[in-house]
Amino acid sequence: MNRQRLRLGERAIESAIFAGGVAAIVIVGLIMFFLFREGLPLFGNTSAAGFFFGKKWQPSSEPPQFGLLPNLWGSFLVTLGAAVIAVPLGVGTAVYIRYIAPRRLAGFLKGFVELMGAVPSVAVGFVGAVALSPLIKDFLHLDTGKSAIVGSVLLAFLAIPTITTIAEDAMSMVPKEYFQGSVALGATYWQTIYRVLIPAARPGIVAAIMLGLGRAIGETMVVIMVTGNAGLLPDHGVWHAFTHSVRTITGTIGAEALEVAQGEPHYQALFMLGVVLLLITVAFNSLAVTALGRTRRTART
Amino acid sequence: MKKIWILGLAASLLTSMVACTGSSEAPSGSDKPSGGTSGAAEKSSLTVKGSDTMVQLAQVWAEEFKKVHPEIDVQVTGGGSTTGIAALLNKSTDIASASRALKAEEANKAKEAGIEPKEHTVAQDALSIVVNPTNPIKELTLAQLKDIYTGKVKNWKDLGGADMAIVANGRESSSGTYGFFLEHVLNKEPFATEVLTSPATNQIVENVAQDKGGVGYVGLGYVNDKVRAVPIKKDAASPAVHGDAKTVLDGSYSLARPLFVYTAGEATGAAKTFIDWILGADGQAVVEKLGFVPVKK
Repeated sequence: MNRQRLRLGERAIESAIFAGGVAAIVIVGLIMFFLFREGLPLFGNTSAAGFFFGKKWQPSSEPPQFGLLPNLWGSFLVTLGAAVIAVPLGVGTAVYIRYIAPRRLAGFLKGFVELMGAVPSVAVGFVGAVALSPLIKDFLHLDTGKSAIVGSVLLAFLAIPTITTIAEDAMSMVPKEYFQGSVALGATYWQTIYRVLIPAARPGIVAAIMLGLGRAIGETMVVIMVTGNAGLLPDHGVWHAFTHSVRTITGTIGAEALEVAQGEPHYQALFMLGVVLLLITVAFNSLAVTALGRTRRTART
Repeated sequence: MKKIWILGLAASLLTSMVACTGSSEAPSGSDKPSGGTSGAAEKSSLTVKGSDTMVQLAQVWAEEFKKVHPEIDVQVTGGGSTTGIAALLNKSTDIASASRALKAEEANKAKEAGIEPKEHTVAQDALSIVVNPTNPIKELTLAQLKDIYTGKVKNWKDLGGADMAIVANGRESSSGTYGFFLEHVLNKEPFATEVLTSPATNQIVENVAQDKGGVGYVGLGYVNDKVRAVPIKKDAASPAVHGDAKTVLDGSYSLARPLFVYTAGEATGAAKTFIDWILGADGQAVVEKLGFVPVKK
């Protein structure tokens, strides 16, 4: 009788956990469903070409213009800049923590990087808007500090903890024998890191980068606060674009979503932006998941 | 058997979610006293939503009003005039604040919803053009202002100022100030894509204070010593006028504008008490204290 009760309890817990898993899938499915349901009617009001190839985002002009391109470009540019900064720094930090730093320092650094990841993005954005943006403006002699480059630096700050933590994990999965074998063959310590250990962990490092950049592209508050939100396209080259304002997908949604009336074209256009953003982050995450799967396999063999 | 049980759980989860989304469309927690029986002891709450230009003003109104009428709790949120009016029409706010008048399409929507929005002018404002304090520009005509924001002019030297790039700052499209500027300065021509858009007025002030070539449009109440307000000329021949209480009241400032609150139909109960108080001496004293212009003197 007692045994039966135990089994009943076990079964209840099992089912509850299963229901939790199902709920997660159902919720994600519902979010996708709602994004499409609210967004797609846009193409009944304006042409699909006007959205996907539109060069201006001006919801209040007459007629309103809901161009994806300036938003997409802004998100791409800011994320690209973040990648240029965060990938070498994040992966480099992981290598240092894993292979080079003395054990105590490594532990301290690891905790510190994790703490860095815990800083709320509004706080990062605020510091960026008040302190970093005038600094960069004066340093590069820009007209305004509200620019893509400031956004990139701050997004890099937010992406580094993700990249470092996951890359370091991937490196820790590389079997010890790789190291021993390489050193036994006469390779120096640095050669071993560079030629053997990092390549062995590469899929995991790729996953780390993808997840870090996925975090960067989805970040909203920081870009609203520091990028100026002007929907420019790169008419004067990439450096010019970096040093001027951009408008990102997340920034547009974040700044306007709460302020539109339900069901009007502007509202639908914001949902379509959400669909585009979702597709981008899904792509980033699937790349990361495939890459991670590959490390696990190489690590096991 | 087991599967059915789980399905049931998932279904109940779903229904509860649907219930949540459904209830968000219901009016927000405002228990207005029904009919005219608003006894002084009866607790009631009011929501004011809308204009960002007016959000500080409305908050101070709410605080001061509470001292006189502790039984009425006034809650203030911003979001922009467009948001406020939309909220009034779908009955999620009692009072909408707006820094522009109702648009024709909003009036139509109101008609469809069976609401007759009542407009109350509660304060006046001089829309001020602010620049960095180091910028030597003396005055701007409305036409020059239009050229700046449509992107025709990109350097201050073309306006008789110093040789530096213009960094134009504006608001999000949901802002009433944006709407007012679009209509009265740009004559509905589109803003240049280079114009930076800020989600709040004080960010415009902050940007202009940081950037030597910055310029922005803000309500009179937001002008502080970090920025300088430029006198405005209606056209090249007319005198340059500084926007302040005097020039708004005598009608000589070209960018003067009324600030409104809207109620759905005639104001009744707590809303009427609140609006009457705003239009009285105490409410108008708050208007002056925050740097705006009273309705009448």
